Amino acid sequence: MKGARTAPDRQDPIALLRVRVAWQSDLAWAFRHSPLAVVSFVVVALLVSGAVFAPLIAPHDPFDPATLNLMNGFTAPGTPNAFTGESFLLGTDDQGRDVLSTILYGMRISLLVGFSAVLLAMAIGVTLGLISGYRGGWTETVIMRVADVQLTFPAILVAMLIFGIAKGFTPVEYRDQIAIWVLILAIGLSDWVQFARVVRGATLVEAKKEYVQAAQLIGRSGAAVMIRHILPNVLSPVLVIATISLALAIIAEATLSFLGVGAPPTQPSLGTLIRIGQGFLFSGEWWILFFPACTLLALALSVNLLGDWLRDALNPKLR
Amino acid sequence: MLNYIVRRVFQSVVVLLIVGLVAFSMFRFVGDPIDNMLGQERTQADIERLRTQLGLDQPFPVQYWRFLENAAQGNFGVSYRQGRPVAEIIGERAPATLELAAVSGLFAIALGIVLGVFTAIRRDGWASNLIMTGSLIGVSLPTFLIGILLIYLFSVELDLLPSFGRGEVVDVGGWSTGFLTVSGLKALVLPAVTLGLYQMTLIMRLVRAEMLEVLRQDYISFARARGLSERVVNFRHALKNTLVPVITVIGLQFGSIIAFAIITETVFQWPGVGLLFINAIQFVDIPVMAAYLMLISVMFVGINLVVDLLYVAIDPRLRGEGNTA
Repeated sequence: MKGARTAPDRQDPIALLRVRVAWQSDLAWAFRHSPLAVVSFVVVALLVSGAVFAPLIAPHDPFDPATLNLMNGFTAPGTPNAFTGESFLLGTDDQGRDVLSTILYGMRISLLVGFSAVLLAMAIGVTLGLISGYRGGWTETVIMRVADVQLTFPAILVAMLIFGIAKGFTPVEYRDQIAIWVLILAIGLSDWVQFARVVRGATLVEAKKEYVQAAQLIGRSGAAVMIRHILPNVLSPVLVIATISLALAIIAEATLSFLGVGAPPTQPSLGTLIRIGQGFLFSGEWWILFFPACTLLALALSVNLLGDWLRDALNPKLR
Repeated sequence: MLNYIVRRVFQSVVVLLIVGLVAFSMFRFVGDPIDNMLGQERTQADIERLRTQLGLDQPFPVQYWRFLENAAQGNFGVSYRQGRPVAEIIGERAPATLELAAVSGLFAIALGIVLGVFTAIRRDGWASNLIMTGSLIGVSLPTFLIGILLIYLFSVELDLLPSFGRGEVVDVGGWSTGFLTVSGLKALVLPAVTLGLYQMTLIMRLVRAEMLEVLRQDYISFARARGLSERVVNFRHALKNTLVPVITVIGLQFGSIIAFAIITETVFQWPGVGLLFINAIQFVDIPVMAAYLMLISVMFVGINLVVDLLYVAIDPRLRGEGNTA
């Protein structure tokens, strides 16, 4: 996307000017003047880069058995282990895995599932929303009826059912390998309705405008009108829903993994780590649960706040 | 109006038929039912006999119709994992889930309405602000973390309440209840609060918003001008008029309570239907999954149908215009 709101039509070759234009845009102004948005953004950026660069910055590789030492098990945060003398910033779990490293690697799974699920939901929802808003007729009726029906069931329940059905259809030997993909599919399919409804509503408005009629008149195909003309004009609400959906998807993934119907123990996500940590709550090893839970909360909360801010910033009427 | 009702009922039946098709396909295409039922030592004749006996040689629509017939009679087959009829297992587990849902629903409604009215009347007080901020945090915490937090506070640190199970239960005519023993009641507290907290904040915010809306109306000012006491104005005049949307939401949220009970039951190892379902997914126990899928769909579709029809009954504007509804 070229800066759709403020970038001038003439193609300016100087990159610096573009940066300045972006910096002076309404959105950037609103961002700079909202401390909560800046803080949330910094938290999200830190966590995401921690996850992306986990192999570089994690003190240990929690999935390489060669680097694990069972003697390091249950080391409290910041205190040296009684046997080995090694010290871990956030402590270790029962198998001597560094909690900080498992969190960094766990976030990779959580974010991978979250982002992919939202992208999938967005792709399905935007496509169906555009088609039903532009074509109308029985296509619209069918799509929107399905959406209505799905909306009567809570998304997490739909995701669980899809996960269960998909698991049933996969042969036993592949189940753990594809669990992550099934998870993405389940959460993505449970969440497309919001996108479809909003895009359909916006498309109904846009389709009546003159630029769409002009495009139709010069003989552009229906697909071209939808993708090249209408789609760019309905994207800003999609962006807002995508951000809020990301927070919901991360929490949904964590919930499913916590329930044991999500990421397998071989690829633990934050939810799986919390599930493991719950077992040690009574024996006093609180850090195994506490730090993954805090990470999950920080991630979900800051993405959520960012989404709220984006909704207000893109829609001045709400302010 | 009749047109609308007929169409709405027809729609619900179609949804249930589709859900039934999904459930049936799980049976039909996941694994081989004959494999599951016959042991290692089997002959081709055994297989053929069982195939005819189970009706697996019939065409697909015939099999589907039979499945629906059985499902309607509550016959969902035998659990792969426990080797007992699914209907029997669900019947055993249902009281636990229904008691939990009822208590947390009551908790959510009672506290939600009280706090909603309070925060609306004392709009700018520090207590209201505290409650509203707290409710925001409550909404953004995932259910399972709330459960863990409560376990940590009340079971690990304070050692006041049990962290798992139902406590002692008493069998009253086939219904196992936890209401009659002290340990059963104690065991209900944490799961009910965990399950009800989200709905509670939802009801509270709704009641508050509706109250603020109603308190601005002329008839409230008029009631005050007539010299009625604050209590009569707030409760007899204002609260009564906020209840219609609140009741709708409560009705629709009942389904969510049953759905979210899955999470709460897992956190607290509460022996209800939700925990059964999660275990069924983990072990790919198809008959249990299919039965739960059917049951929950009937419930959700039923609740939505009733709410929609109630709307028509309550709101005269919806009557007569079948094509706009």
